Amino acid sequence: MKKQRLPRTVAEFMAYAWALEVEAADRYAELAELMATHHNREVSELFAKLARIEGKHRDQIAAQMGWTSPPDAAVFRWETPEGPETTDYGELHYLMQPWHALKLAEHNERRAVEFFERFAAARVPAGVRAAALEMAADEREHVRLIEEWLSRVPPPESGWDEDPDPPAVAD
Amino acid sequence: MNEADSGTIAPAVLRGPNDYKSDIKPVWCPGCGDFGVVNALAKAMAKMTLEPKDVAVVSGIGCSSRIPAYMASYGFHGIHGRALAAGTGLKVARPDLTVIVTGGDGDGYSIGGNHFLHACRRNVDMTYIVMDNRVYGMTKGQPSPTTEPDWDSKLSPDGTGLREFQPLVIALTSGANFIARGFTGDPNGLAELIEQAVRHPGFSFIEVLSPCVTFRPEQKEWKKLVKPDAFKPTPDMPRAARRMLRDTGFDLGVLYAGERPAFAPRGPRALRAPAELEARFTL
Amino acid sequence: MTAGNMLLEAAAHAGYYALMTRSSGPQIRGGEAAAMLRIACEPVECMEDRFDVLAAVDWENVHRFNAEIPLGASSLILADPDQGEPPDIFVTSGATRAALPLKKLAKSVPEGRANMVLLGALAALLGLPDEAVARAVEKTLGKRPAALAPSLAAVAAGRAAAAAIETRFPLAEPPPTRRARWLLTGNEAAGYGAITGGVRFVAAYPITPATELLEWMAPALAQVGGTLLQAEDELASVNMAIGGSYGGVPSLTATSGPGLSLMVEALGLAVTAEIPIVVVDVMRVGPSTGIPTKSEQGDLNIAVHGLHGDAPHLVLACNSVADCLGTTQWAVQLAEALQSPAIVLSDQFLGQARAVVDRPPDIAGDGGRTTAAAGTPGYQRYAITANGVSPMAIPGTPGLAYTADGLEHAERGTPSSQAADHFAQLDKRRRKLEAHDFGARWADIEGDAASDRAIITFGSCTGPVREGLARAAAYGVAARLVSLRLLAPLPVTQLIAALEGVTRVLVIEQNHSAQLYKYLRAECDLPGRVTSVHRPGALQFSPGEIHRHLVEWSRT
Repeated sequence: MKKQRLPRTVAEFMAYAWALEVEAADRYAELAELMATHHNREVSELFAKLARIEGKHRDQIAAQMGWTSPPDAAVFRWETPEGPETTDYGELHYLMQPWHALKLAEHNERRAVEFFERFAAARVPAGVRAAALEMAADEREHVRLIEEWLSRVPPPESGWDEDPDPPAVAD
Repeated sequence: MNEADSGTIAPAVLRGPNDYKSDIKPVWCPGCGDFGVVNALAKAMAKMTLEPKDVAVVSGIGCSSRIPAYMASYGFHGIHGRALAAGTGLKVARPDLTVIVTGGDGDGYSIGGNHFLHACRRNVDMTYIVMDNRVYGMTKGQPSPTTEPDWDSKLSPDGTGLREFQPLVIALTSGANFIARGFTGDPNGLAELIEQAVRHPGFSFIEVLSPCVTFRPEQKEWKKLVKPDAFKPTPDMPRAARRMLRDTGFDLGVLYAGERPAFAPRGPRALRAPAELEARFTL
Repeated sequence: MTAGNMLLEAAAHAGYYALMTRSSGPQIRGGEAAAMLRIACEPVECMEDRFDVLAAVDWENVHRFNAEIPLGASSLILADPDQGEPPDIFVTSGATRAALPLKKLAKSVPEGRANMVLLGALAALLGLPDEAVARAVEKTLGKRPAALAPSLAAVAAGRAAAAAIETRFPLAEPPPTRRARWLLTGNEAAGYGAITGGVRFVAAYPITPATELLEWMAPALAQVGGTLLQAEDELASVNMAIGGSYGGVPSLTATSGPGLSLMVEALGLAVTAEIPIVVVDVMRVGPSTGIPTKSEQGDLNIAVHGLHGDAPHLVLACNSVADCLGTTQWAVQLAEALQSPAIVLSDQFLGQARAVVDRPPDIAGDGGRTTAAAGTPGYQRYAITANGVSPMAIPGTPGLAYTADGLEHAERGTPSSQAADHFAQLDKRRRKLEAHDFGARWADIEGDAASDRAIITFGSCTGPVREGLARAAAYGVAARLVSLRLLAPLPVTQLIAALEGVTRVLVIEQNHSAQLYKYLRAECDLPGRVTSVHRPGALQFSPGEIHRHLVEWSRT
């Protein structure tokens, strides 16, 4: 796995931040469709909302940087298997509850905080450090918002993943 | 070269990975590893700036064989176990296309086992991606050739007791020119493997560990067991064979990148008109 | 075998038509072998009831060939007295016997061989000119010029020795103006027909008696820019061909009964995904491993009905060695135009017989596959169209990417479990075949058009039926003859029209269960009384046999 290159300019750093949001938003959107296919409407809507939120973050970064044509997200290589805010496909369940989805989102935001704090602590120019700290603070705020959202969502009851219907065959 | 290394910000390419996905939404279970393969394939195709019209994804039968419909390229969803044959015919008849054959461990190693052997021997320039979840998912949970011998199932209570099929070893001894193991939990790493495989001439084989959330939920632990970059790519087959003696089944990376020339049909330089063949019969 | 071949070539060079078949024991080399020839001034499509000459180098294991070498009182047995008495079965025919000390004569010539002596003797008995024989010998021994002189000397010795034989069978003068003629086997003809039809990709798995078709095509394809790939089994070869065809290249494979059994699943895929492919089935005696080296018409059932589900597709049959070219070419054209698999039924007799035939007529090319143009808006691969054929997107064409599927599908090609989609697609796939105008090639219609009797047959039965009918006509037995080329979809309307006014139908075929008879009766209301003459392989019908059946039939 490639070692992540440390950004040398604010623009480079913000490109990382932008890529992070793009991947996160795209993944939430994909998961929203996936959960809709499996008739889990509540979680589908929740993922769709998260996709919109991350999309806003992404657009905010682009606006802030004055980019007319943003950098290509695909070329960035994370040290982790995927971007820090990208939900792992393997963490899903077709019967998952909104609470589960929010826990995933919370986990994503915490990882984003750690990601930016690592940049801030690394050997980077002062401008980059400042931008990293700012992004970390933003992400901490996101963590807080998710936690607050979580407090309004009931935790799943035991047996949430029990389904008396056996699996079906399609092919 | 990685754009991030160069220090410049590259403009967005005309096609991003999403342009390589079709509008058809996968019906795989949430939690299925195969989502990672769609992602990785799309990323790899975007990185290589392939035209979707010049790529064909060929599959057999099984959950993972549904992939062709989810990509924006041409697709061929054939019959159980015969994807490599169809892909071979397609590539030999249309060498200008990039042919990627996909499927699962049942489709590829059981009913498709014979074709797997000979595809490795034949070394036609194409890439074979097997999504291995060590189970027959589509038919609801029977053991596959890569299932552990003691895994309990309805068709084989108390386990099959059979030694697991060894796809990388078989591929190596049969003549595959590029052999790798990937993991769907690392789509970016997998995208790199796919790109290398497609670029590498001859028959490229990637075994992709792809957990089945519905029939093998314990495979969620795989992400803790996999060892990224555990293989050091070598063009030396005996070295690769010795490395396989230590294989854990979760070692990732490129095992072997050989130098056999890709299959090329032999034929005369000068072409004739069909009517000239008549001379063989004329009295 | 070599001598037989040279005799055939000599006859060809002398301006005759001829037919040669071969039989051998199971040994790979050095086993008993018989070459059967018929030489005439007009094309021949089957053997006669009896052979005029049985020329034997030895009598080893000849009982194997008894049934294939009928003799009569006017026949001649020409043999080496040192090999012992001819077996009773031949003697009881009443044939004349002539001695020819082949081995001694061969020894009298340096490096002489007995079969060359025999060739010379036969050439003398038939009145074949020296020049034609010499040319045949040269052509066969071309790669071993050192053997030429001794061989010609041995031939001369045989000719000289034959001068003492009183019984002769001089051939009539060949036609003065020679039509363009070819010398080839049915397998070669089919291979060439495939190429003229446009095939440029072949996937091959060897099987008796189809292997030579594939072997002929390997270099021939390469010369016209195509490729032949050897597969690991028939499951691979048929799927490779389907893959190649999906890529836009007309593709083919060839096999026999056991291979076709393996291929039917993939043919179903080709039906559902609407991908053209041609499979030539050179039928041999079945069932199972059967008799690989003998001919039978036992694969009609599997060819027509062998696919699971309702899977209409094309089945055609060649009815002579020369027709293997035209019918295979036509099959390729039809498969491409109708985006369907086409099974071409040939058989061991046609496939492996070597014949001198009139050069087959050229068949006009056609438009080929209907493909979709780049930029077709809202392209749907399996769109319901008026004629049932949907333009096919060829990989490499922008904007039309689709996934071909064996799953039932909607018009776009996406898998569908809806009854309405299934019905619509089933209907389309049947309609595209049944609505097609197959033109006049669907059958050869011959015989007495005014007769109220009709014979229906197919494949290599056509030869003996034609000849048997001609003989019966001399006895006042008249009938129409319908030799079917298009077996599926069965051209019911045209068949009924061809049988207008008929009150007696006789179906003649070479299998044990009367497959064609049952198929025809199931598919259409044949007029009047319908009866069957059927016999399994491994012997072909003879014209005399057919004649007897027709006379008997004429009394019912």
